Amino acid sequence: MQRDNDQYYSFSRRSALLFGSQITLFSALAARMYYLQVIEADKYRMLAEDNRINFKLLAPRRGRIVDRFGVPMAVNQQNYRVLLTPENTKDIEKTLDTLAEIIPINDKERQKILRDIKRRRRFLPMIVRENLEWEKVARIEVNAPSLPGITIDVGESRFYPDAAAVAPVLGYVSGVSEAEQTGDPLLELPGFRIGKSGIEKTLDVALRGRGGTSQVEVNAFGREIRELERVEGLPGAEARLTIDLELQKFVAQRMGEDSASCVVMDIHTGEVLAMASTPSFDPNAFNRGLTADEWKSLSSNPRTPLNNKAIAGLYAPGSTFKMVVALAALDRGLITPATRISCGGKVQLGDAVFHCWKSKGGHGSLDLIGGLMNSCDLYFYEVARRVGIDRIAAMAEKFGLGTILDVELPGEKKGLMPTRAWKRAVRGQAWTQGETMIAGIGQGSMLVSPLQLCVMTARLANGGRAVKPRLTRAVLPFDGNVLPAPPAPEFEDMGIAPANLEMVLKGMYAVVNTPGGTAYRARITDPNFAMAGKTGSVQVRRITKAERETRVLKNEELPWHERDHALFVSYAPVNEPRYACSIVVEHGGGGSTTAAPIARDILREVQRRDPSPGRPVNVVRRATEDES
Amino acid sequence: MSGRLLSHRMANMPEMTLAQRIWQINWSFVLLIALAGSIGVGMLYSAAGGNIDPWADRQLARLCIGILIMLGVAVTDIRFWLRYSYLLYGIALFLLIVVEIAGDIGMGAQRWLVIGGLSIQPSEMMKITILMALARYFYASRLEDAGRITHLVVPVLMMLVPALLVLRQPDLGTATILLVCGVTMLFLAGAKAWMFITGGLGVMAAVFPIWKYVLHDYQRARLVTFMNPEHDPLGTGYHIMQSKIALGSGGIFGKGYLEGSQSHLSFLPEKHTDFIFTMLAEEFGMAGGLALLGVYLLILLYGFIIALRCRNQFGRLLAMGFIMSFFFMVFVNIAMVMGLIPVVGMPLPLISYGGTSMLTLLFGFGLLMCVYVHRDVRLGPGSADDTL
Repeated sequence: MQRDNDQYYSFSRRSALLFGSQITLFSALAARMYYLQVIEADKYRMLAEDNRINFKLLAPRRGRIVDRFGVPMAVNQQNYRVLLTPENTKDIEKTLDTLAEIIPINDKERQKILRDIKRRRRFLPMIVRENLEWEKVARIEVNAPSLPGITIDVGESRFYPDAAAVAPVLGYVSGVSEAEQTGDPLLELPGFRIGKSGIEKTLDVALRGRGGTSQVEVNAFGREIRELERVEGLPGAEARLTIDLELQKFVAQRMGEDSASCVVMDIHTGEVLAMASTPSFDPNAFNRGLTADEWKSLSSNPRTPLNNKAIAGLYAPGSTFKMVVALAALDRGLITPATRISCGGKVQLGDAVFHCWKSKGGHGSLDLIGGLMNSCDLYFYEVARRVGIDRIAAMAEKFGLGTILDVELPGEKKGLMPTRAWKRAVRGQAWTQGETMIAGIGQGSMLVSPLQLCVMTARLANGGRAVKPRLTRAVLPFDGNVLPAPPAPEFEDMGIAPANLEMVLKGMYAVVNTPGGTAYRARITDPNFAMAGKTGSVQVRRITKAERETRVLKNEELPWHERDHALFVSYAPVNEPRYACSIVVEHGGGGSTTAAPIARDILREVQRRDPSPGRPVNVVRRATEDES
Repeated sequence: MSGRLLSHRMANMPEMTLAQRIWQINWSFVLLIALAGSIGVGMLYSAAGGNIDPWADRQLARLCIGILIMLGVAVTDIRFWLRYSYLLYGIALFLLIVVEIAGDIGMGAQRWLVIGGLSIQPSEMMKITILMALARYFYASRLEDAGRITHLVVPVLMMLVPALLVLRQPDLGTATILLVCGVTMLFLAGAKAWMFITGGLGVMAAVFPIWKYVLHDYQRARLVTFMNPEHDPLGTGYHIMQSKIALGSGGIFGKGYLEGSQSHLSFLPEKHTDFIFTMLAEEFGMAGGLALLGVYLLILLYGFIIALRCRNQFGRLLAMGFIMSFFFMVFVNIAMVMGLIPVVGMPLPLISYGGTSMLTLLFGFGLLMCVYVHRDVRLGPGSADDTL
């Protein structure tokens, strides 16, 4: 019994303690009630009675995007919109009926509006119509008394003057989807746009700015009487890119309707001067809102206009890869520039026969420069066989192939640089020597992007420094704080012997400037602007044995999707290299016939404009100059 | 001395008949509960702008059904509840896990299960069964046992497992109630003060990781908004602001029934559920608010007295534990709408619109009355296994 009593007393004491705390906390509630309803009552009564306070969020202006010279690429335009605030009208249907007499509203739109109203907070205005003509605006203003809940608002909408030419780099803005809501009320504002791809997405938060607030006194009918307090927001920062808009337009226009992509960059600073991917799309259409048909035609186009092929298109590098193979061999001393290999058009390895692109007769005996100049496949089969795949892959990765280069754009793809370990891990098979030989001419399973090809060329031409691509020069906040310009990046030396680089560049020089070189016909004749480069034609189909025995079909004879990809990588001027350019034309036929002429025009234009003048100090003069 | 003799006599008392049990029900308490429920129905009538549709009529129906259930629970033999405590707790826990798995399998976050056309909210069931299970765990243990840490491992797990499951749903409000229930039971059963201090320090140390990894974005946003309402004038801060305007403008005697302008102009969010107290205080002023607090306090007092008058530890713990969780719900809701604590989804018990929570509460009050009816029954250590 004693134990029961102990338990009972302990329970009673503790229960009493709890009950006491409950009374205390209830007293706190009562005190709070007294504070709100007696002491502060007048204040709240004022807030509540005739006038009501509405908080309004003010959308900040989105920051402009300009090119390296300050020429605007993305700006904001005035845009008249009709807004409907559900809580300010007693009868939404009636308001919409009246409105429909001024601007046509079809059944589908009407249902969408009514559905949206249910999902949103009733005090938040929603957009009924955008981009209104002035005449309609005037008629709505005149009819305001019979349109409760309807207001006209001048918003700003994004505008890209050069539309498709800049779309692959800038991307586009569009409305915020439900999945993108973060709870930030700014994102819930009607018509608020955020970057969905390209630079608009990468720099979205900086471009967005900060919203302001406005407290407005409104009467019982919801009409605004006066503004009580206004906290200004902050417009978004201005983004200055490395792009040269004029060059960008030139490149996009030069590539025309082909499914192609091109990157032009400064080999010393890594600044991307132009990045084009065609066919492109009109980013203004996304801002306005695409119709279902427009979306369908964009997304089902086999030439993938929505894909920035310069960073997300992956191709086998083909013969443009041969410089890397040569360097891997020179680096190990497995060949010297004087090593001669003889080409008879084909070579046998076990059961398999490996063909040179010039399978009839072959190239005869060639040294390194001759091998590059003629793009002899047999020469590089042999070199690759001597070096082995892992060393080739290691050299390729040094040059940025099959790696992520952090180019400040969403969707950059890594590609693939195969190694023995990769094949064992992914395919579960051992690597074969045949594959090494195929890799020697940049075919097989390896995949690279045009951006990576451009970086590779830049690293070859700048003396072997690991330059990385850049798209943003500066982000200038609107509050006047000018940030100190970032120091010119220093890129480290990759440790390639200068003599070896020199030999490879000589080869690239010969490709374009020596009669018989694969791109001789696309050379720049003005010696000051002369370019060096390397062609590549990537086979996308299998040539059967039967076809080899009769006649290999020419590209023009094939359907579009079976034609070779045309590639060309190049730099200029040869004397004092400054600009690198890579081009991939999907199913364009041959690198020398399709891609090289485009590169010639682009490199001539970029040198004429010279958007990135001023020579960095530590530029090594190239030996090619002696030859020219 | 006489108490001991009396209790001895009662212990050997013959079984109570049904009529005796009905006679033993504290009918004034039943009336008090019905009164609180009716206040809710009246407020819902006002919330709909002077209309019984869509809330008041349904709430009234549920109140009536709920009171019948409450009386049914009250006259059931308390040993029945003692015996099936663990089973009911187990069922609730099992259903909680089922809901959790169903949510993972792609039906999205959800809190209820539909079984045979009846939607069941396991977290609501858990609110009551956790009290029953813990009361059963402790009813036969000695005071010294309750002070030993080894004896407390099981009940702490019994509290934490469902609380974490509910938190994942995510339902911060209910999870907190489960914790309050559990801690109250430990405290009443006689756990030592230093344990609570250590536990409290442990919780404080856990705050950062919970903030970072457990809370959802919207829950964090609510806390941040509470600390700094200007941070989000159009979000949750807006609700609190509007709630305070409505309340404050009510003054001492209010604007009159059906006249709460702020509430009716749709400035007030969720006026039929979480913010119903605001509407009451706008229409009836501080007088109305205090009157409702008075009704609640009276209910708490009844519960307290029932717990003290009960002669078995099972009933005492059950009664006081339920009273504590009821108090917690009332306090959190009212403190929230007055801007004293952050906004957590917590209805005002017996008043807010909502079927499941109304039925759960009345079931709980049924148990409380059952404890009162059987206040003199002695439950020895073996009582849980006796046949009825």
